[in-house]
Amino acid sequence: MFPYLPATLEDEKVILNRLGLNTADEVFQHIPDTIRLKKELKLEQPKSELEVEGILKNLSGRNLDAGNTPFFLGAGIYDHYIPSTVRFAVSRSEFYTAYTPYQPEISQGTLQVIFEYQTMICELTGMDVSNASLYDGASAAAEAALLATDSTRRKQILVSETVHPDARRVLSTFLNHQNVELVTVPMREGVTDLEAVKNAVSAKTAAILIQTPNFLGYMEEIAEVEKLIHQNKGLLILSVDPISLGLFKSPGEWGADIAIGEGQSLGNSMSFGGPGLGFMACTKSLMRKMPGRIVGQTKDAEGRRGFVSTLQTREQHIRREKATSNICSNQALNALAASVYLTTMGKRGLQEVARQCYDKSHYAASTITASGKYRLAYEKPFFKEFPIISTVSSERIQNTLLHKGIIGGYSLNRDYPELENGILYCVTEKRTRQEIDVLTRILEEMA
Amino acid sequence: MREYNKLIFECSVAGRRAYSLPRADVPSYELPQNLVRSEAAELPEVSEPDVIRHYTNLSQKNYAVDLGIYPLGSCTMKYNPKINEEAARMPGFAEIHPLQPVETVQGALQLMWELENMLCEITGMSAFSLQPSAGAQGEALGLMIIKAYHQYRGEDKRKKIIVPDSAHGTNPASASMVGMDVIEVKSNKEGSVDLDALKAVMNDEVAGLMLTNPSTLGLFETNILEIADIIHEAGGLLYYDGANANAIMGITRPGDMGFDVLHLNLHKTFSTPHGGGGPGAGPVGVAAHLADFLPIPVIVKKQGLYDLEYDRPMSVGKLKSFYGNFGVLVRAYAYIKTMGAEGLKRVSELAVLNANYMKEELKEYYELPYEQTCMHEFVLGRLKINPYGITTKQIAKRLLDFGLHPPTIYFPLIVSEAMMIEPTETESLESMEEYISALIQIAKEAVENPQIIKTAPHNTPVKLLDEVAAARNPVVKWQKEDTKD
Repeated sequence: MFPYLPATLEDEKVILNRLGLNTADEVFQHIPDTIRLKKELKLEQPKSELEVEGILKNLSGRNLDAGNTPFFLGAGIYDHYIPSTVRFAVSRSEFYTAYTPYQPEISQGTLQVIFEYQTMICELTGMDVSNASLYDGASAAAEAALLATDSTRRKQILVSETVHPDARRVLSTFLNHQNVELVTVPMREGVTDLEAVKNAVSAKTAAILIQTPNFLGYMEEIAEVEKLIHQNKGLLILSVDPISLGLFKSPGEWGADIAIGEGQSLGNSMSFGGPGLGFMACTKSLMRKMPGRIVGQTKDAEGRRGFVSTLQTREQHIRREKATSNICSNQALNALAASVYLTTMGKRGLQEVARQCYDKSHYAASTITASGKYRLAYEKPFFKEFPIISTVSSERIQNTLLHKGIIGGYSLNRDYPELENGILYCVTEKRTRQEIDVLTRILEEMA
Repeated sequence: MREYNKLIFECSVAGRRAYSLPRADVPSYELPQNLVRSEAAELPEVSEPDVIRHYTNLSQKNYAVDLGIYPLGSCTMKYNPKINEEAARMPGFAEIHPLQPVETVQGALQLMWELENMLCEITGMSAFSLQPSAGAQGEALGLMIIKAYHQYRGEDKRKKIIVPDSAHGTNPASASMVGMDVIEVKSNKEGSVDLDALKAVMNDEVAGLMLTNPSTLGLFETNILEIADIIHEAGGLLYYDGANANAIMGITRPGDMGFDVLHLNLHKTFSTPHGGGGPGAGPVGVAAHLADFLPIPVIVKKQGLYDLEYDRPMSVGKLKSFYGNFGVLVRAYAYIKTMGAEGLKRVSELAVLNANYMKEELKEYYELPYEQTCMHEFVLGRLKINPYGITTKQIAKRLLDFGLHPPTIYFPLIVSEAMMIEPTETESLESMEEYISALIQIAKEAVENPQIIKTAPHNTPVKLLDEVAAARNPVVKWQKEDTKD
C-alpha cells in the first residue's frame, strides 16, 4: 500500500468486476505486446516518508545556503527579506493545489489575487495594463520582443549589451526561430552607448530593450533613448528591478511602451534560480496583443463584483497556431507571493527596502574602494549592485571569500572580459554593516 | 460565514503597516535626483492581521485538490504530497543562488542529475534537460531541437509539423512560436490518427509529428509503431507530448514506441502542485541522436563532482534564465523516490482502472463517442436524454452546486459538447461514486427539473459570471474611482 493511493485490494476487485477483468494488467491488453515494458523500471524500491526526508536533508545539507552564509551575489536573482506573511499565504493549499481558474465561480480566490497583482504591477511600473505573469524575466524579454515585432510589423530588435546575458541568450533563441534580426548595442562606460543607439535605430526597428538598473547595477540614461526610438516609431521596452521602483522613476514615467522584469525579488525565494516570475505591463494600445493570461472584473448574475480570465481570444486554446504566444499558464503561485510581498511591504515598506539597498550598497562600495586597492569600474549612479575591478585575480578573491564563509559577488570574466578581474557585488537590505565590514577587511588583506 | 468582497486596496488606511525592517546601520547616501520617481507607487497600507485575513478569506473562495476531487481531463489533478512541499522549503534548496560556486551546490546538482536519469528510465529516452518552465516551453524546446537536427543535416526546408486535430491548442501555438507551419491531420472514427491521411501529407518538407499518447481522447494509439515508421521513413522525427504520461508509467515507454523527443509535465504526472496555474516544469527528453542539441548548460558528472557545462556548440541555446524551476524539480524527485518503480506502475494501473470504472458507470446517461477501453481519462458527449437542450457548460455549472469541480469541457474540439474526465489514482472509490451520483442526478434533473440546471450555480461564492461583458469592456486593474460609490 502507498499512502497516496486510497484503493484497497477490495476496492480494486469492485472495479475489476465492473470492467469484467481479473487483473489490473488486463486493462492494458489493447497496447501492442511489442511495446509493453516486460521488466520493472530500474528505479529504487519505494521509500517511507522518513527515508525520503533523510535523503533530501542530506542533499540540501550539501548546499551552502543564504540562511547560514552572507551572500553578496545578485546578477538577476536576489537575496531579499521575505516576510512571514508570504510563506503563510503560499502555503495555503486552497491556493497551491488549485489549477488555472477554468471555473471562475469556484476560483475567485486565485482570480482576485491576480487582479490585485495586475493592479500592483501597474502601480509599480506606471503602465496601463499588466498580464497575470510569465515564466521569468528572460522569457518576458522574449515575449516583449515578439509583441513589439507583431504590433509594429517590423523585424528588428535592438538590445543593449548591458541587459542580463541570460535574457539576451533567451531573446536570441526565440528571435532566431521567428527570423527577427537581433542587434546588440554596445555599452560605453557601463551604460548603453547613446551614440550607438542613434546609429542603430531606423525605420526597420521594432523596439529597443534597455535594462535599468542594468546588469552591472548602473542606472541607464533613458530619456535620450526614448526620444530616439519613438522618433522612429519603434517601441521602448524597459526591463526593471521591481525593488528599485520603490525609489526610482518607473518605466511609465520614462515613456516605455512595455515594462518587463524578473519578479523573484518580490517575496520569492532564490530557489537555485526558479521558479520566479516574469512580469509584463504595457500601454493600453498594446493590450489586445499582449501574451499570457489577463484577469478582468465583471459582475455575476446578481450584480456582485467578480473576476474572470478575459481577452482569451489572444490565447492558444482558442487561437491555436494564431495565438499571441504558446503560453497557457502563468506563475500564479509566484505572483501570489509577489502580491503578498507588495501588500505586506506596502507603499512605505517598498521605499524603505529600496532605500536600505541603496544605502548599504553605497556604503559597501565606498568602504571597499577606500584604500584605493579596489575601484568601481565606472563612477555612475547605481542601485544595489556595482562592479569592482582590481589587480587581484577574481578567482583568488572568490576562493578566499568562500574559504572565510562568504559568498562573494558574480565574476564578470565570462560576460564582460574587458572589465579586468571584475566582480559584481550585490548588497540587499539583508546584509548588515558588520558583514560588509568583514567583506571589506578580507578584500583589503588580499591586495 | 459572512461574505467577503473587498479588494486589498479597499482595506488600505494611510499610516498602517505590516512590515518591519532592521534599523538602518549605515549612513544615508544622496540620491541622483533626476532619477527619483515623482510619486510613490500606490501600494496598500494595511496591518499584518489585515494581510492575513485578506488572503485567508480569498483562499476560501477557491476550490482545490485538498478540498476534493478535481477531475480535469488532461490536467492530472492528483494529490500533492506534503513531504514534497517541506523538501522544497529546506534552506539548502530554497535559499541557494544559481550563480554560487558549483562546489557549494553539489547537493542541488546531484538531485537534478539523478532526476534526469530517473526520467530517462521512465520514458526510455537517453538524455534530459530540466530547463523548460512548463509544458508549453518544453514543446517549444522539443520543436527547436527537431529543427536544429534537420538543419544540421542540411535539410533546412523541413519546417512543417503534423498535428492531429485532437491535439492540445498549445501544440500548434508552440509550432508557430518556433517558426514552423502546422499541418492538421484528421482522426479516424476510432479516434486514432488516420494512417492514410497521414501518408497523404508526408513529403520532404515535413519536420515531424507531434503526438499525445494516450491521445486527448484518453485512447492509446495502438498503431503507434506504424505511425513511427511512416514518419521516420519520410525523414521526420516523432515528438511525444507527455501531457498524458500518467497512464503509462511502467507499462510502456515513449522511447520504445519510437519517439525521438518528448516533454513531461512534472506538475501532472509527478505530483507537483499546479499552484493555481503555475509554476510547473516541462523537462524535455531526447533519444541519443539528439542529445547534442539540448539547451545549455548541461549537468555533467566528472570525477565524482557535478558541474554545469556551457561549451556545447550544437546546442539550441538558452530557453530561460538559469537551469529550470528547481523548486518544482525537488518535489518531483521526492515523489519518484517515494513511489519507486513499483509505486509508479501502480499509479498508472489505478489511474486507468479508475477512469474506466467511471466511464462504465456514466455511459448509460451520457453519450460515449469512443467505446473502447480508455486509459487515464475518457471523453463524454452530451446527455443521452436531453429534451430541454441542456449544454455541457450548464452541466459543469450545476456540478459546482454539489461542491465538485467539473471536468475539462469543450475539449477535445472533435467531440461536440465534450466532457473530459480524469479521476487520477489518488481518488478513492467513494469519491468517484459521489461524482458519478452527482452526474446521474444532473441527468435526471435534465428531464425533471431543467430550470435548476439552467440557473446554476446556486451555492458558489458568486453566481454565474458575465465573461462576455468582461471582454467587451475590459477592467483589468483597480482604480480608486471604481470604489467610490
